[in-house]
Amino acid sequence: MVAEPSPQDNILLDVRGLKKYFPIQRGLLRRTVGYVKAVDDVTFFVREGETLGLVGESGCGKTTAGRTIIRLYEPTAGSALFKTRLLSPDGSPQMVDLLKADKQQLKLLRQEIAMIFQDPINSLNPRMSVSDIIAEPLVIHGRGKGPEVEEIIVNLLERVGLRPEHMRRYPHEFSGGQRQRIGIARALALNPRLVICDEPVSALDVSIQAQTLNLLQDLQADFNLSYIFVAHDLSVVQHVSDRVAVMYVGKIVEMADAEELYINPLHPYTEALMSAVPKPDPLYKSERIVMQGDVADPSNPPPGCYFHPRCRYAVDICSKQTPEFRELRPDHFVACHRAEELQLRGV
Amino acid sequence: MAQATTKGASETKKQVSQSYWSLVWWKFKKNKTAVVGGIILIVFYLCFVGLAEFLAPYSLERRSNYTEAPPQIIRFIDAQGKFHLRPFVYGLEKHIDQETRKRTFKEDPSRVYPIYFFVRREPYKLFGLFPTDIHLFGVDESDPAASIFIMGTDSNGRDYFSRILYGGRLSLMIGLLGQFLTLLLGCVLGVISGYYGGATDMFVQRTTEFLNAFPDIPLFMALAAAIPKHWSPVTVYFMLTIILAFVRWGGLARQVRGLILSLREREYVLAARSAGASDARLMFRHLLPGTMSHVIVIATLSIPGMILSETALSWLGLGLRPPLTSWGVLLQEAGTVYAIRYAPWLLWTIPFLLITILAYNMLGDGLRDAMDPYGGR
Repeated sequence: MVAEPSPQDNILLDVRGLKKYFPIQRGLLRRTVGYVKAVDDVTFFVREGETLGLVGESGCGKTTAGRTIIRLYEPTAGSALFKTRLLSPDGSPQMVDLLKADKQQLKLLRQEIAMIFQDPINSLNPRMSVSDIIAEPLVIHGRGKGPEVEEIIVNLLERVGLRPEHMRRYPHEFSGGQRQRIGIARALALNPRLVICDEPVSALDVSIQAQTLNLLQDLQADFNLSYIFVAHDLSVVQHVSDRVAVMYVGKIVEMADAEELYINPLHPYTEALMSAVPKPDPLYKSERIVMQGDVADPSNPPPGCYFHPRCRYAVDICSKQTPEFRELRPDHFVACHRAEELQLRGV
Repeated sequence: MAQATTKGASETKKQVSQSYWSLVWWKFKKNKTAVVGGIILIVFYLCFVGLAEFLAPYSLERRSNYTEAPPQIIRFIDAQGKFHLRPFVYGLEKHIDQETRKRTFKEDPSRVYPIYFFVRREPYKLFGLFPTDIHLFGVDESDPAASIFIMGTDSNGRDYFSRILYGGRLSLMIGLLGQFLTLLLGCVLGVISGYYGGATDMFVQRTTEFLNAFPDIPLFMALAAAIPKHWSPVTVYFMLTIILAFVRWGGLARQVRGLILSLREREYVLAARSAGASDARLMFRHLLPGTMSHVIVIATLSIPGMILSETALSWLGLGLRPPLTSWGVLLQEAGTVYAIRYAPWLLWTIPFLLITILAYNMLGDGLRDAMDPYGGR
């Protein structure tokens, strides 16, 4: 069941069996009548210095997965081992379970994990100036004072392509792309090692998207960052990711090297997604796979493989047994009963 | 020419960034009604709270022989039609009504008392600090019959204008103080209720419902009756303020809670949380400031309610009692058919009360528009 990463891998974050169920409460006594299985048994890992793309359609639980790892939501089950140097006295690396860390540990660990949010308007407090916003993580963790903090802010602003005099301004004075840069500067304030990017470019227009993505890649190289890059835009994910994980109704159905996944998908859902990627070739005749039916309801998923009601390759076993998430080829994980026999088309 | 361009360039460089509150102020200034309301309130608070002793020609309890005297009109032109630069009042003359045997006073044009400014009379402490005896105006008191009652006197012969000034102090302050306490209670409990949710939320919300469901007047009566009679008037005053705040915090707490519930899921709050911010920091640095615009408007608009509650309670005899004098106490003295029939000048309190409440509403309306500087135009 568990996908074991190869031992030589330089694993930064190892998430196993992550579950987040939101209770559905009804009536005067708020009785729990069911659960929305937003994240249902998700297993993946992130290597140091790489970008893991997390794709899937709206409501498939990719944002929830990101937020549960950083404990914005309390997890229902699972573990998320994170390699940290902060908790051991001699600074040697140590794997710590983020999901079981207590309050003090978590506060320390949060210095190493940062988050970039989707909505550049909502993610900056309109009452705070840019310098206050970027300094906030520093203040929370008691790093630096007065002029020191100011120097860090100026450096960060310059690093993300803003001018130092911008620090006295307020978020409403900036464009969407600039605000996202402020959000990135805030995420970098504490020198994190893992940054969870929650659809960082989907609210921006295309030209700004490219600039922001390039900035993120430059920063990754400079600071040796690892990214979990949550997105629904397949071409964006292909552009930035080293590896990609595809989510469907709270589960990861396939995870592989980006190129391998795009050329050689092993899961029918991935194939259907790939067929939807537009190609910049006027002679190309689209053979788009149009899926039948609707996305499964995460509070009442179908039995067996969640994708089987919409899958054109489905057979009997698909509706009866939950497929195992297994490593079919080196570093290529898939959860499909028929993965071996199917010949699927990539991009 | 060249000079002009360089100057222009340096001006564009010196771009001033507008904080939220400066934007609010900028938009507020454009609303003339609200500015007028604000100015009226500043003037009122200055006159009634700060300068009452200076403006009042007499002290609160100074009695004269002129009981229920009508207002002495300030005049510039005398009975002969002659203009005087220095304003004056006519003296008062006693009449006995032959039918009712009632003593009344009339102005006597033969006695003229010029009004002098910055006269030295009864000593007092300005702002409670600086001992002085200068009053804004008065008449020459070397003649014992001289008097100046520009709004008449009450049944004890006390100058009604002075009493309105002193009474305003208590009424206006109870509005502010009470509202401040309401704000404190409402905001803190609202934030806690909205932020923690669950059982805490349940408890706070049911408490506010319980308080809201309680009929106001019996509750006031019960609480007022609980104040021991031997307490000093000042203690009673503070007790009343606390009672008013205690009864009214529920509505505000509920509104703050609602706002917090919506702000709690904003991404900037999540961002702070993911950076490791403590509960207190999230509540008081990120969540509460987001509700402030709303809260300030609600608070401004409910101060009149506070003032009116005090007035109503005092009028019913449940609130302040003499010798404490508020507008409610003054109205209680004026609240008889007899007073309205024979001493209508005792209703002079009402215009002051009305203007205060109107001004608060004007200010509150303007603040409501100004507090959302990003919306609208």
